[in-house]
Amino acid sequence: MSAGAHYTPYHPKWYRRRVSVWWWMESPSYTGFVLRELSAVAVAFFAVVLVAQIRALARGPEAYARFTATLASPAVVVLSVVAFLFVFFHAITWFNLAPTAMVVRVRGKRVPDSAISGSNYAAWVVLSAAVAFLMLRG
Amino acid sequence: MARPLTPFLWTLFSAGGTVAALLYPAHFFLTGLAIPLGWVPDPGYGALHGLLVHPLTRLYLFVLVSLPLFHWAHRFRYTLYDGLQLKHLTALIAVLCYGTAFIGSATAGYTLWTMR
Repeated sequence: MSAGAHYTPYHPKWYRRRVSVWWWMESPSYTGFVLRELSAVAVAFFAVVLVAQIRALARGPEAYARFTATLASPAVVVLSVVAFLFVFFHAITWFNLAPTAMVVRVRGKRVPDSAISGSNYAAWVVLSAAVAFLMLRG
Repeated sequence: MARPLTPFLWTLFSAGGTVAALLYPAHFFLTGLAIPLGWVPDPGYGALHGLLVHPLTRLYLFVLVSLPLFHWAHRFRYTLYDGLQLKHLTALIAVLCYGTAFIGSATAGYTLWTMR
């Protein structure tokens, strides 16, 4: 390398095409990507519901009855159904992307993608059944 | 955001995404829809409170709330950057996202720690 070499990593004045804020409407796969990213909002919504449930249970039976009544009001039910669908979408897309995010090798051979996402789905079924059993056994 | 923090925040994002994917659909379906709308028999305050006071349940619920909140913070942060092109507000958005996740986790942790 000559001593005169210089690097110009950042050129704010170079031309850049303006991208519309609605770029993600241009193709279904872009829209799917943005919907997948937005599923995190539904995840946060349910985390807040969980905090409210914990606080209501900590305060007593009256607070818990108010919590359940709020969740049963029509506006909250509509919100919950939409948020639930997004949380479900999050779960599906997360399991399907798991083989890409995590490459597992056994004795030098790559474990097939279907085995990794399949084991995620199996764990999902088992854990969901366990949650339902613990909460509903009465 | 300081560079050494990035892998840590990504790990929280990943762990929170896994917790939310594996456990949120079941919890959401039961707590958010099936029990309030009477699709399943209501276990009632006593049964749920009895579950909640167990130390393992408290730990479980703290993880169930906090990791997915940090998952949201990380994902929402980049959605705002990419979707709304708000790169110039990097620091503000990062503080608001992770700060909200921290406040939510602290609220859950405090309640779970102090409740009887």
